[in-house]
Amino acid sequence: MAKKTQGSQRPKLAVWKFSSCDGCQLSLLDCEDELLDVAGAVEIAYFPEATRAVVKGPYDVSLVEGSVSTPEDAQRIQHVRRQSRVLVTIGACATAGGIQALRNFANVEDFTRAVYAMPEHIEALSTSTPISYHVFVDFELRGCPINKTQLVEVIGAFLLGRRPNVPTYSVCVECKRRGSPCVMVAQGIPCLGPVTQAGCGALCPAYNRGCYGCFGPMETPNTAACSAQLQALGMDDPQLTRVYRTFNAWSEAFRRESEIHDA
Amino acid sequence: MHVLERAQFDTLLEALQQHGRQVIGPVRRDGVIGYEPVRSAGDLPVGWADEQEAGRYRLHHKDHGRLFDYTAGFHTWKRYLYPPTAVLWQASRDNGRLSFETPSETPPKFALLGVRACELHAIAIQDKVFLDGAHPDPAYAVRRNNAFIIAVNCGRAGGTCFCASMETGPRAQGGYDLALTEVAEDGRHYFTVEAGTKKGERLLDELELREAIEAERAAAAAAVEAAANQMGRQMPVDGLRELLAANPESPRWEAVAKRCLCCANCTMACPTCFCSTVHDSAAMTGETAKRERVWDSCFTMEFSYVHGGSVRKDASSRYRQWMTHKLSSWHDQFGSSGCVGCGRCITWCPVGIDITEEAWLLQEAHGGPTRTGE
Repeated sequence: MAKKTQGSQRPKLAVWKFSSCDGCQLSLLDCEDELLDVAGAVEIAYFPEATRAVVKGPYDVSLVEGSVSTPEDAQRIQHVRRQSRVLVTIGACATAGGIQALRNFANVEDFTRAVYAMPEHIEALSTSTPISYHVFVDFELRGCPINKTQLVEVIGAFLLGRRPNVPTYSVCVECKRRGSPCVMVAQGIPCLGPVTQAGCGALCPAYNRGCYGCFGPMETPNTAACSAQLQALGMDDPQLTRVYRTFNAWSEAFRRESEIHDA
Repeated sequence: MHVLERAQFDTLLEALQQHGRQVIGPVRRDGVIGYEPVRSAGDLPVGWADEQEAGRYRLHHKDHGRLFDYTAGFHTWKRYLYPPTAVLWQASRDNGRLSFETPSETPPKFALLGVRACELHAIAIQDKVFLDGAHPDPAYAVRRNNAFIIAVNCGRAGGTCFCASMETGPRAQGGYDLALTEVAEDGRHYFTVEAGTKKGERLLDELELREAIEAERAAAAAAVEAAANQMGRQMPVDGLRELLAANPESPRWEAVAKRCLCCANCTMACPTCFCSTVHDSAAMTGETAKRERVWDSCFTMEFSYVHGGSVRKDASSRYRQWMTHKLSSWHDQFGSSGCVGCGRCITWCPVGIDITEEAWLLQEAHGGPTRTGE
C-alpha cells in the first residue's frame, strides 16, 4: 500500500516527464470517466501538463514518462527517485528507451547534425535508456502509448495495496478473445502479435493491420520462430531489423533479434 | 428425413426468430468465415469456401451458390456458450457494509446454425466439463440449455481436418436438434433435414416440409461420404494415449519448442479448451468491485504460477502439457480424447505447428510406425 506522506489527507501523485512525446501522461487526462475518481483518490501534487500548482514532495506515487537521453535527465531521475515512495514508469520510452533509442544503434551526432540547424547547442547522451537503467523502478507499464485502463488499474492497485492486473502474455490472447481473425494466417500480413505483450486490446489486427510491437516483448518471446515466419511471408533481413526497431528497439529481446538480421 | 428447398431457407430462420431465438451462423468477415448473428440467408457465405493449411487460411468464391461449402469456421461455438469474458459477481460497499450480487444479465436464446459433427463432439465435451460433477457452471448451463442446435453435415473436408481418424465426423451422429445436409447438383439445390430431438421435431412440423425421396437421401449420403474421403490430416490414434503418458522426456518436446511461440492461439482456437482465470478489480474509490472470468491458456507463464515462480517455464513443458492433456490425460479426466479433429490449432498457429504431425513424429521417435506406414 502506498502510505500517505505526513501532513497530506490523500496520497500524493506526481507525474514526471523525461525524453518523450507526452502521449502517455496525456492518457491520464484522457481517462475522462475515471479522472474524477483518480482526482478524488489522490492529491495531484505535481503534474505540469495538467496544472501549474506544485505541491512539494515527497510523493507517494510517481509516474515517470520518457527515457534518459540527456545529462540533465540522468541527474533529475535521481532526484525523482529520492522524492518517490513508489515509482512507476509509463510507456515505451520510460521502460525501453523509446523511438529515440534508435540512436543507440548509430552515432548520435549524425542525428543531431541531420535534425538541428545548430547542433552545437544540443547536449544529448550517446544513448537513450530506460529509467530502470538508472534507478530502482517499482513497476513498468508498457505501451506506446500506454493503455489508460491499465494506467487506472495500476494507480488503483498501488493505492489499495494489491498487485496490478497487467498480463504479460501475447497480444494473440487478446486478439482471439476479441474474436479477430489472425491477420498473419488469414491474410499473410506480417504481425508481431505473437512476441508482443498484450495491453492494447489487439487494436491493429482488429483493423486488418499487423501488430507493431508497441507494448514490447511478451513474457517469453520466441523472436527466432516469429522471424522465420515473417521471412516465409516475404520479409528480408533489413525489413526484419526494422520491424523490431521501433518504439521498443532497446528492449532486450527486440534489440537482440534486430541485431541478428542487421548484417 | 425431410427436404428443405434452398429457396425456402429463410423460412427456417424466420421460424427460429419467431421463437425468440438469436440465430448465430457462418458469416464472412475480414477474410474468414466466423460465427456471428445471422438475420437471413443473405448473411450466409453463399458460394464461399475455405482453403486451410498449417498456419494458412484463405477464402475462395465459386458460382455453385452453396451456403455451407466452408469447413471449420474461424470462431468456435464456445464463444457463445462460454464467452471469453464474463462477470461472475459484483460487490459494493455502502456505509461499511459489503453486498455481493451475481449479474442479472439474461443471455439470448441462441440458435446455433451450421454446427459441424466435430463441433457437436466439442460441445458434448464442454458439457461434460461444465455441467457434470458436483458443481455445474450456472452461466454455461443457462446458455447451453437454451440453445437450439442445427448441425450441417460436411460435404467437403478441409486441409487440416482429421475428424475421420478421431471418429467425430464428418456425419453428425447426435447432439443436435436438427441436422441438415446440403445438396447442389443437377440444377437442384436443397437440404435434407433430420430431427434429433423433440424440439427439432416440433420445428420440423411447423415448417411443413415434405418427405425426402430415395434419390435425395442417396445424394445426401454420397455428399458426406465424399467428405470422409477428403481428410487433409490423420491422427495416429492407436496407442497415442499411452505413448504420450510414457514419454514426458522425449526429445520431441525440445524440438517443437524451437518453433512454438507460446502465443496461445491454439488453445484460444480450440473448441474444447476450457481453461479460464479470474481477475478481481475495484473502482478507484474502493466502493465497488467485481470478479471477471476470462479465457486463459496453459501457454502463459501465469497459468502455472505457484509461490516462487512458474512451474512450466519453457515452451517444451507447455506444449507437452497441452498436447498430453488433450490426447492422453483427458481420457483419465473426462473419459474421452480432448481433441475432435477440427484442425483449428493447426490452421491458426501462426507458425503452422501441426498436432497430428507432432503425434506422428513422437510415435516415430519412440519406435512406432511412421506416417508413410514404415
